[in-house]
Amino acid sequence: MQRYIAKRALQSLLAIWVMSLIVFSLARVSGNPLDVMLPLEAGPEDYERVSKHWGLDQPLSTQYLIFVSRAVRGDFGNSWKWHGHSAMGLVWQRLPATLQLAGFALFVSIVIALPIGVMSAVKKDTGWDSVAKIIALLGQSLPGFWLGIVLMWIFAVHLGWFPTSGRGGIQYMILPAITLGWFQVAVIMRLVRSSMLDVLDSEFVKLTRIKGLAEWKVIWKHCLRNAAITPLTFFAIIAGVLLTGSVVTESVFSWPGTGLLVVDAVRARDFQVVQAVVIVFAGIFILTNLLVDILYAYLDPRIRY
Amino acid sequence: MAIMTARTLPWYAPPRLARAMREARRYPLVPIALLTFLLVIPAVLAPQVAPYDPLKGSLAKRLTPPVWEQGGTIDHPLGTDKLGRDMLSRMIHGARISLAVSMVAIFVGGIIGTSLGLISGYFGGWVDALLMRLVDISLSLPTILLALVLVAAVGPSFGTVIIVLVVLLWARYARLVRGETLGIKERDFIARARVAGASHARIMVRYIFPNLVNSLIVLATLQVGYVILLESALSFLGAGLPRPTPAWGLMIADGRELIVTAWWVSMFPGLAIMLTVLALNLLGDWLRDHLDPKLRNV
Repeated sequence: MQRYIAKRALQSLLAIWVMSLIVFSLARVSGNPLDVMLPLEAGPEDYERVSKHWGLDQPLSTQYLIFVSRAVRGDFGNSWKWHGHSAMGLVWQRLPATLQLAGFALFVSIVIALPIGVMSAVKKDTGWDSVAKIIALLGQSLPGFWLGIVLMWIFAVHLGWFPTSGRGGIQYMILPAITLGWFQVAVIMRLVRSSMLDVLDSEFVKLTRIKGLAEWKVIWKHCLRNAAITPLTFFAIIAGVLLTGSVVTESVFSWPGTGLLVVDAVRARDFQVVQAVVIVFAGIFILTNLLVDILYAYLDPRIRY
Repeated sequence: MAIMTARTLPWYAPPRLARAMREARRYPLVPIALLTFLLVIPAVLAPQVAPYDPLKGSLAKRLTPPVWEQGGTIDHPLGTDKLGRDMLSRMIHGARISLAVSMVAIFVGGIIGTSLGLISGYFGGWVDALLMRLVDISLSLPTILLALVLVAAVGPSFGTVIIVLVVLLWARYARLVRGETLGIKERDFIARARVAGASHARIMVRYIFPNLVNSLIVLATLQVGYVILLESALSFLGAGLPRPTPAWGLMIADGRELIVTAWWVSMFPGLAIMLTVLALNLLGDWLRDHLDPKLRNV
C-alpha cells in the first residue's frame, strides 16, 4: 500500500512539474515577458531594474529555478490587465465564486442522476432505462457552452424565470449549475446504475425481502447505501472536471469566478494571470486525482498491484 | 376462428423488400445520413453549395431572421448575423473547418501516438517505461487549461489549435497501440518474420501495424466527435480559431450576446455541432461493436 501511494504521489509530482515546465517555456516563447509586464512608456533603466528583479538577466535554467521558487510561494507577478492586482491575489479573490458554483452543480447533478440511475437499474429494460440511455447519449454530444445558451434563451429570455447572467441569489445559480452539471449527470447515472445492478443481485437483498421489508425501503435504504460506495470514489474526479468545466460555463453566464478570469486574461494576453490560474487549477486537478486513486486503492485492494 | 398468417396481414411486405430492409437496419443509416448531409457534403463542396461568401456581408441586411420568422427572406433561409453575413453559408463553411481541424489533428496525433506506441510495445524496457510515464502525465493534464496557456502565449491560429489537439490526442493512441503490440509481438508469425531476416522497422510497419488498423479506425471515429466539441469550445472561449473564420464555436460566441434579439445566430451552429457529434458517437459505437468489441472502455 505504501509503495502504491509513493508511486502515485511521485507520478503526480511529475505531472505538476511537467505543467510548470510547459507554462514556463510558453511564457518565454511568447516573447520578452518584459514587453508585457512593463507599461509602454517604460525606459531602458526600468527594463534593467525589472529584469534584475525577475532574474531575466540570468541563464534559462536559473530563470526556471527562480520561477519555480516564486511559484511555490504563490508569486506569479502582477496582472497586466487589472492594474494594481497581483495575479495570485486575483485568483484567490475569484476562487470562492467558482467553488460555490461547482459545489451547487455537483449537488444538482446528484439530485438528478441518483433517482434516474436507481430507477433504470431497478426497472431494467423499460422506459426508465431508455430515458437513462438518452441522457447518457446527450451528455456526450451536447456542447456545454451551447446548452448554457439554450437554457438562457428558454428560461431567462422567453419565460423570464431566471436572470440571464451575473452572480446574486440562488436564482442566478440554477441555470449555470445545470449547464455545468449536465455532463456529470450522465457519468454519475451510469455508475449508480451499474453498481445498483450488482447490489440488487446479492444475497442480503434477498434476505431483506424475505424479512418482509417494503420494496421502497429495500431499494432506497439497503441497496442504495451499498451501491453508493463505487460512485463516491469517483466524486473527486468529477469535482476536478467541474472545476475545469467552469471555464466554459462561467464565460457563458458571466459568472465572476476563476474560469471567467482566465478567459478574460487570455483575451487580453495577460500571461501572469493565465499561468497563476492554470497552475492552481492543475494542482487541484492532479491532487484530487491522486486522492481518489489512494482512496480507491484503500477501498478495493485489487487495485494495488 | 380465422387463421392469421403473415400473408393475410395488411402490412406484410414482399419478401425481397423485407429482406432489403432487414439488411439495411443492420447498418447505422441514420448517423451516416446525418453525417453526409451535415458534415461531408458541406465540407467538401463548400464553395459550390454555399450561396454567399461566408466572410462578406452587407450591413443593410444585418440580423435578418430565418425565412419562417416575420421579416425573413428566402434569400437568407437561416437569416444573417450582426454583420449581415449569410448564416447558411457560414454554417456550410463551418462544417469544412470542423472537418479539416479534426482530420488534421487526429491524423497527426494518430501518427505520433501510433509510432511511439509501436516502439514502446515492441522494444519494451526503459524506452517503454519512459514513454508510458509520458502518456500517464499527458493524460492527467487538464485539457482546456493547457490550450488556454498555449493560446495566451502564442495567440489563436489554426496551427495553435492543431498543436493543442495533437498534444491532447497522441497519448490515447500510444496507450492503445502499445497494449495491442504487446500481444501481437508474441505471436508466431512475428518470430518467423524475424528468422526470415526482417528488420525491426519492417516488422513493426509490415507485420504489426496491419493488425492494429481496426482498433485505430474505431478510436479515430470516436475521437472526431470529441475533437469537434473541443475545438468549438476553444473557439467559443476565444482560444481556438481567430475571427472572422466561420467556425461553429465562434458563431455561437457571436450569438451569445444577441440571444435576446437574434436567437438564430447561436442556435443553428449549436444544433449542427450537437447532431454531428451525436451521429459520430453513434457511428463510432457501431464500428466498435462490429470491428473491435474489446475497445468498450476506451
